[in-house]
Amino acid sequence: MHRFHKLDKMTSTRCAVCKYFRRRCPPDCIFAPYFPNDNPQRFTCVHRFYGASNIGKMLEEMPVQLRADAVESLYYEAKCRIQDPVYGCVGIITSLHRQIQIAQSQLAKAQAEISFLDANFVGVEPTSSLSESLVQQNGVEHDLDDPFSTWFY
Amino acid sequence: MASSSSYNSPCAACKFLRRKCMPGCIFAPYFPPEEPQKFANVHKIFGASNVTKLLNDIMPHQREDAVNSLAYEAEARVRDPVYGCVGAISFLQRQVDRLQKELDATNADLIRYACNEVPSGLPHLSSIQPITPPQNPTRRFGDIDGGGGGFYQSPPSFPYPYANYQWNPSNSGGNFGGGGGGGGGQGNI
Repeated sequence: MHRFHKLDKMTSTRCAVCKYFRRRCPPDCIFAPYFPNDNPQRFTCVHRFYGASNIGKMLEEMPVQLRADAVESLYYEAKCRIQDPVYGCVGIITSLHRQIQIAQSQLAKAQAEISFLDANFVGVEPTSSLSESLVQQNGVEHDLDDPFSTWFY
Repeated sequence: MASSSSYNSPCAACKFLRRKCMPGCIFAPYFPPEEPQKFANVHKIFGASNVTKLLNDIMPHQREDAVNSLAYEAEARVRDPVYGCVGAISFLQRQVDRLQKELDATNADLIRYACNEVPSGLPHLSSIQPITPPQNPTRRFGDIDGGGGGFYQSPPSFPYPYANYQWNPSNSGGNFGGGGGGGGGQGNI
């Protein structure tokens, strides 16, 4: 009876990692705070790409207060890699760079228009010459620069 | 694409693992012996067997890109063991948000010019264009938790570790955009 009670206690308090490996979960298990047994998918996701041994080494090499963030970021990257096995989260970085380029280009153009309007509106009567200038400006195709031809090459 | 599974020059992976580089070595095309650090990083973070499994699940024509992205992630993780690539994503997302706000404010100024100071007969200013992310269903990273819509959502709210992070994707092997970088956790990658 005592043996079964002890087994129940061990089973119910094992972290997801120790449960996965069917081993005893020690009180100082390095994984336990970050891989609770009610979320096994979290560990299987991270384990698929990094491996428990590598994760353990990474956690051991960093201060305790940073480990939770480290596990979260590993989990995020693993999920990205599941969704996109070729590029993983690096694809997100590429997209963000592209968005930044586009935004910078649009911002530069808008600021240039404001500068032009500033220069033309000071002491200028609303005549057809101003409207002609604006027609000329807005008649030009505002093509965005091609942000990336190929990412890797 | 370098092939190193020749008799005289084992690939960086086999050199690192101290084994014979056989013809058909899965690592040889992607880990040339001239770039030992590339495999060293990938091995440290992912492990050789995990990389092998990943490559076996990917079409051959995509394997080089996959290896390069793994090498990129591994290098980022080596430089920043806590946040890895996610730190850069947070930083870049903040840049996008800042630029969008600036663009909105500038466009609002332009509209004010159009409404208040430009005579009504003038043409509409067609340069005002909000940022519309490209719709790419294969890149719905924002949906990795299965929720939300749109092309991209903000990554998890990690604390931003870099105050003045100069993001510069590493040009390792000449296969990445941007210039090379150096430095530790707070620096260029």
